[in-house]
Amino acid sequence: MQHSSSYEPKSSFARWWDDRLPIMRLMHGQFVDFPTPRNLNYLWTFGGILTFCLAAQILTGVVLAMHYQPSGADAFNSVEAIRRDVNYGWLLRNLHAVGASMFFIAVYVHIFRGLYYGSYKAPREVLWIVGVLIFLVMMATAFMGYALPWGQMSFWGVTVITNLFSSLNEIIPGVGTAVVEWLWGGYSVSGTTLNRFFALHYLLPFVLAGLVILHIWALHVAGQNNPTGLDIKTKSDSVPMYPYAVAKDTVGLFAFLILFAWFVFFLPDYLGHADNYTEANPLVTPPHIVPEWYFLPFYAILRAIPSKLGGVIAMFSAIAVLVFVPWLDTSRVRSAKYRPLYKWFFWLLVISSIGLGYLGAKPPEGAYVIWSRIFTFYYFAHFLLVMPILGIIETPKPLPKSISASVLPGGASAPQGAAAAPETR
Amino acid sequence: MTRAPMMRATIEASLAACALLLGAVAPAAAAEEGGHGVHIERQTWSFGGFTGQYDKAQLQRGFQIYQDNCSTCHSLKRVRFRNLVEPGGPEFPEESVKALAHGWANKIVDGPDDQGKMFDREPKLFDPILGPFKNEKEGRAAYGAAPPDLSLMAKARNVEYTGTWWWHPVSMARDIATSYQEGGADYLYALLTGYGEAPGDMKVAEGLHYNAAFPGHQIAMPPPLAADSFVKYQDKTGSLEQNARDIAAFLSWAADPSLNGRKSTGWLVMLYLLVTTALLYAGKRVLWSKIPH
Repeated sequence: MQHSSSYEPKSSFARWWDDRLPIMRLMHGQFVDFPTPRNLNYLWTFGGILTFCLAAQILTGVVLAMHYQPSGADAFNSVEAIRRDVNYGWLLRNLHAVGASMFFIAVYVHIFRGLYYGSYKAPREVLWIVGVLIFLVMMATAFMGYALPWGQMSFWGVTVITNLFSSLNEIIPGVGTAVVEWLWGGYSVSGTTLNRFFALHYLLPFVLAGLVILHIWALHVAGQNNPTGLDIKTKSDSVPMYPYAVAKDTVGLFAFLILFAWFVFFLPDYLGHADNYTEANPLVTPPHIVPEWYFLPFYAILRAIPSKLGGVIAMFSAIAVLVFVPWLDTSRVRSAKYRPLYKWFFWLLVISSIGLGYLGAKPPEGAYVIWSRIFTFYYFAHFLLVMPILGIIETPKPLPKSISASVLPGGASAPQGAAAAPETR
Repeated sequence: MTRAPMMRATIEASLAACALLLGAVAPAAAAEEGGHGVHIERQTWSFGGFTGQYDKAQLQRGFQIYQDNCSTCHSLKRVRFRNLVEPGGPEFPEESVKALAHGWANKIVDGPDDQGKMFDREPKLFDPILGPFKNEKEGRAAYGAAPPDLSLMAKARNVEYTGTWWWHPVSMARDIATSYQEGGADYLYALLTGYGEAPGDMKVAEGLHYNAAFPGHQIAMPPPLAADSFVKYQDKTGSLEQNARDIAAFLSWAADPSLNGRKSTGWLVMLYLLVTTALLYAGKRVLWSKIPH
């Protein structure tokens, strides 16, 4: 969206600065008078919520790192020292651990919102793909972060997941073993592994921050999608980001913080696993090794396939397939609001994903395996069969003429003044 | 009938079939689930839920049980004597804890001294509450299985959901809404009151004891409390159940000593967030009232 900043420097210093580094002009253009569709619902507040989550994780993480000892001998003790002896250490640690879960809750809402309203479709393909990369890096960061408390589930989670790479031996003998030993820094999961995971866990959030900047940049080139899936055509289709979208984003963020705080203060361990309060012990395997809840759907896909290599390929494909969604969806219409059939399939995907999440926490036996396979089949069928075929055979509902026509009574065009100078009565 | 509605009818029918299928498999899945976990009864705890706080008197009684009974085998190394004085815990008077530390049977190894020798000394307030064994191997040599440290026991144990799969989301929602975090205490209570005669068809291995709550029902720890052998409190009362409840509460505090402060801060934070969100929402309504959206 071509949009020039209406920034006007208010002092001689601001003018001087603006001639040399026009960052205020850039920020004003992108985050103050940037045109946002006037019909955005609360699902569109999750982008801001996610930015908050990343900033909060980095902030709490940096302070935690000042008290944490990344060694096999001291890691568990240092986390306990943070909980017991560091001033407000319990709060920092709860914010960071619960924050990871909240980050994933928000990202899943954000992804499914994109899938429902067709936010991946042209011209937002690159925006979407950068988003998939963010998701992937987020998962790597979270996985390495979960290793750091060095409890039983940390240790055995790392053991199980890093061992998956040994399945590469089935393609080229020796490669899998080499990769796994390289990840471990030795011949088994040890303090060395923990130490390098800590280094990467500190690095990757900044990679994420860079990707987020690209994501927002791409968003501000194409402009935001909206519930109708229509482009902004006239000025009356949009409102300036400040104060309108900002006010709504803030409400969304604070509502989200209520949920966040509820877990931080009253349920800090609900989303974690009791076994992680037992220090890592290579000689004792926990009865059920279960990843954190946000990995469960992928874990279920991994175990649904009866071959190790096949399971690993399926698990990574479940994320990789998202990259191709912009081209797999053949529909001419973006928003599922106007796609009477796709709507049903969308909810089937949601049910499958939640079902896989439930099954990922169950032992791989009996009916659980059967249902894992059914849901895994649908997960892939949704992207590889439903999306291409449905787009061709489905007759979309008639679209409104414009964004403003969809929100104004009688479908009339908004009075010109409404968006141009909305703050004057 | 045009193509699209027909398609839609077909899809609705298939969805209904899926739901039916789901229903048919459900009992099988549920029955299978039943074999895995042991059902643990939930207890009422003063520190339970979002309003709960520790009961100081209960923590004091719980410490007495730890001292008279558990400490013969188990350490509490992440708890320091000073924690027994601090607010939000048993809050014993500082002088009595100093005396307690001074007389604690398990000494602190300190040093090296000027001659380069390590030496034993009496614990001070800042020292950890140690058990009788210098390390795990010593414990194993004495008992066959090393008695674990109890500092985190209440957090390191939990109760598994054992109901049907379709009730699971409801049960989760209820636990979140009521902020149920006392699975560890429930389990410890069930474990300590769960000793007894093994059912007729079960053979308990040599050196192990039957316990209804323990996974696999065979536990190495001999019954630490019994109906005819329990710790009597200062007022000469007591019972197995009361002991089990008090030690479970004490160990919950040992594992989560910041609970009181956490929950009271939590209420202030929730109040702030609720009011701010309401104000922001009202402001947003006013702002957007001039804009159809």
